[in-house]
Amino acid sequence: MPLELKMPALSPTMEEGTLAKWLVKEGDSVSSGDILAEIETDKATMEFEAVDEGTIAKILVPEGSDGVKVGTPIAVLAGEGEDASAVPAAAPAAAPAKEEAKAPEPAPPAKGGGETPAAPAAPAAPAPKADTGDRIKASPLARRLAEAQGIDLSSLTGSGPGGRIVRADLGDKAGGAAKPAAAATSAPTAAPAPAAAPVQPFETDIPHEAVKLSNMRKTIARRLTESKQQIPHIYLTVDVRLDALLKLRGELNAGLASRGVKLSVNDMLIKALALSLIEVPECNVSFAGDTLIKYSRADISVAVSIPGGLITPIIAGADSKAISAISKEMGDLAGRAKEGKLQPHEYQGGTASLSNMGMFGIKQFEAVINPPQAMIMAIGAGEKRPYVIDDSLQIASIMSATGSFDHRAIDGADGARLMKAFKELCESPLGLVA
Amino acid sequence: MADAYDLIVLGSGPGGYVAAIRASQLGLKTAIVERESLGGICLNWGCIPTKALLRSAEVLHNMKHADAYGLSASEPKADLAKVVARSRGVAKQLNQGVTGLMKKNKIAVHMGVGEITAPGKMKVTGADGKAAELSARHIIVATGARARELPFAKADGERVWTYRHAMTPKEMPTELLVIGSGAIGIEFASFYNDLGAKVTVVEMLDRIVPVEDSEISAQLAKSLTKQGMTLLTGAGVESLSSDGKGVAAKIKTADGKVAEQRFSHCIVAVGIVPNTENIGLEKLGIKTTKGHIDTDAMCRTNVAGISAIGDVTAPPWLAHKASHEGIIAVEAIAQALGNKDVHPHAMDVRNIPGCTYCHPQVASVGLTEAKAKEAGHEVKVGKFPFIGNGKAIALGEVEGFIKTVFDAKTGELLGAHMIGAEVTELIQGYTVGKQAELVETDFINTVYPHPTLSEMMHESVLAAYGRVLHI
Ligand SMILES: Cc1cc2nc3c(=O)[nH]c(=O)nc-3n(C[C@H](O)[C@H](O)[C@H](O)COP(=O)(O)OP(=O)(O)OC[C@H]3O[C@@H](n4cnc5c(N)ncnc54)[C@H](O)[C@@H]3O)c2cc1C
Repeated sequence: MPLELKMPALSPTMEEGTLAKWLVKEGDSVSSGDILAEIETDKATMEFEAVDEGTIAKILVPEGSDGVKVGTPIAVLAGEGEDASAVPAAAPAAAPAKEEAKAPEPAPPAKGGGETPAAPAAPAAPAPKADTGDRIKASPLARRLAEAQGIDLSSLTGSGPGGRIVRADLGDKAGGAAKPAAAATSAPTAAPAPAAAPVQPFETDIPHEAVKLSNMRKTIARRLTESKQQIPHIYLTVDVRLDALLKLRGELNAGLASRGVKLSVNDMLIKALALSLIEVPECNVSFAGDTLIKYSRADISVAVSIPGGLITPIIAGADSKAISAISKEMGDLAGRAKEGKLQPHEYQGGTASLSNMGMFGIKQFEAVINPPQAMIMAIGAGEKRPYVIDDSLQIASIMSATGSFDHRAIDGADGARLMKAFKELCESPLGLVA
Repeated sequence: MADAYDLIVLGSGPGGYVAAIRASQLGLKTAIVERESLGGICLNWGCIPTKALLRSAEVLHNMKHADAYGLSASEPKADLAKVVARSRGVAKQLNQGVTGLMKKNKIAVHMGVGEITAPGKMKVTGADGKAAELSARHIIVATGARARELPFAKADGERVWTYRHAMTPKEMPTELLVIGSGAIGIEFASFYNDLGAKVTVVEMLDRIVPVEDSEISAQLAKSLTKQGMTLLTGAGVESLSSDGKGVAAKIKTADGKVAEQRFSHCIVAVGIVPNTENIGLEKLGIKTTKGHIDTDAMCRTNVAGISAIGDVTAPPWLAHKASHEGIIAVEAIAQALGNKDVHPHAMDVRNIPGCTYCHPQVASVGLTEAKAKEAGHEVKVGKFPFIGNGKAIALGEVEGFIKTVFDAKTGELLGAHMIGAEVTELIQGYTVGKQAELVETDFINTVYPHPTLSEMMHESVLAAYGRVLHI
């Protein structure tokens, strides 16, 4: 039987993607591990590898097509000796048309559709359930959890043996009782999509250009809307005197210059936030419906702006890493983030976030929590300000930092303790290198 | 010239030597450094020699009960020296086995005390005092642990013993005090009790084998008491003095009273301390928690190029955990060195089984009922007694039960807890199930051979779902 290759789910949050580029053409023979296509997901561009070997009998979705739903057949692979022409080309095209109403955009091929006349109708049509159902490899427990939480297994990639979907792929970090919150984050399909993407045509007389949203922009829109609608935010601001930290940074950098390491203030703030979270574990948590997940390690998601949006690569275990290690890792992650080359595990997860807009001269701001995390630290510019020191007005380098906390999970007083710990670590920064 | 390797493993216990074999399989040029005996505590002074001793105790027990099986054995007696000699022989055989495995896998064995002098550099000082310098791209620390001592009860090998002395006794204790009721303490208590000593176990917590499910603790306490052991829980030894004739211990019992009691010998089994001294950790800034090295899911420490596995890292401190970590650590290293075909998989501590080989045996995996409830699970609990199982009755082993704890909502097997004959061989069925994330229907739909003790595993699950057949 010729095999249908389906649009893969390259991350747990991926519902659809753009088939950016085919790296094979019809008639090519491929073997396991060959890169077949580049697929742009909501976060990054990833390579789609062949699992089986055979000959590409037919390409069903031309490159450049976006909004291709996970599970949609995108090509047909014929095995050895199989008649490629016997492929039931009609099958994918005949996918239930009534389903189309559900798809936000029926996504005709963006360009060059003429090359593959059979394809246009196919991409947007979700593969019939019965077809995919028995092909999904998932552990019995993963099936139960997915069912209970309304998660569509075909939207996930399995990390178990042979690509089997296991509990961890459903976003279970602590392994506790069933977690409704996990459903909300890893299965956007479960929630009746908060009005992030109004589909009505937008009309205006003002001269304009309509730009189609990238997948990343759609994800940002959806997740931020969810966050602000579902999480009662509480904001706490402190002013932090930076002179000691800047001095320490200067000294460290002088010492590290020979090793080619240059620490940024941000690297030190990552460490400070991580240590504060360990010191005040009440803030290193996730609210998960009827459970509270308490993390015993601080993984810091650091907001990095990239062309067309934003991504949050993670420094895992930042509390126990040397600042120089954080600096190196951050350099590498940010670099690859800008090239769209991060692996999902490098930006999914994290126990709290840090967003720094100091370099734009922003004095102070409140950031939106990145669920299922329960706090984010917003860093403003470090600037010389008049400051009262020992009852006299002096000039000091001051930075305002504002924590946003999920008030369902974190009490104001605990949030305040975190801010205090953070301020103290920054003002007496030897604790960062101890 | 320093010898250059891809990987140096420091310590050759079940963590270290398994790591070295896996590394060799993956084509890494590998060396192992050991200061004492290949195979570590497990083969030489731990798991294996104790099981050999306990087997002698079991055979003796069966001989004493020969009558119940329609057999006669006249006055079975233990010859302690021969029992110990057998145990040492078993350890020796396995130690030689590891030597052979190192050779077969072309792993360079450096006998001597190793110390990491810098990332990728190790100094090995041999028994002759000569030092060699080795270098490698990666180092795995697998130095294991040793017995924790009580400040007021220093082991002298005469009257006050740690496990090493207890494994090679020169004389048979008549009245034995065992301090600590974890796996090691209880195994020795059981061994010496079977051999005829009058055994008293002192445990600070309110029950013996305190990491196990409380119902297991209760059943084991009942069985051991019936065998003549004295169990003092919620009690502590306040001081200990030994002379040529024995030891005198001041014991504070649960009611707060302190009384002095005399024993012929005392075994201190109050846990372990990791071997982290003088191996270069402080200089490298390797982080530890309560002395044990901190690692991530791939067994990496906070210092690049240095991983750690086994007893020197976080609990559980068990040989199979050490070995499994050895494999994870090596595969992660191979991956870092560019091998695309390995896929190291993080281990879930909830899936690591633990066994105690006393009589009756204890085995468990996952959460106890109390821990499961604490974690917020709504649970379904099943229990099935040995007395309801045909094979158990045929064996004449009717003590014990199998308890299973399921998540009521998802059918996940949260934990399994067993006490009774051969349960240490049975637990693996549930462990495979947990690893594969099976749910109650999978266990229910599985066919169990008849007549076997494993049928109780089926019945316990059925009991959790109100469908038990044979009680
Ligand atoms: C009495 C007893 C019974 C036990 N029974 C069981 C059981 O039934 N089941 C079970 O799972 N576990 C059991 N254990 C625990 C088990 O033995 C340990 O968990 C296991 O041995 C840990 O393996 P490892 O590789 O981490 O370290 P180890 O086995 O402790 O090996 C470490 C090795 O490193 C060497 N070393 C240390 N420092 C240096 C250095 N600087 N240079 C060179 N070499 C060095 C040591 O000499 C040692 O050989 C038992 C333990 C004891 C004491």
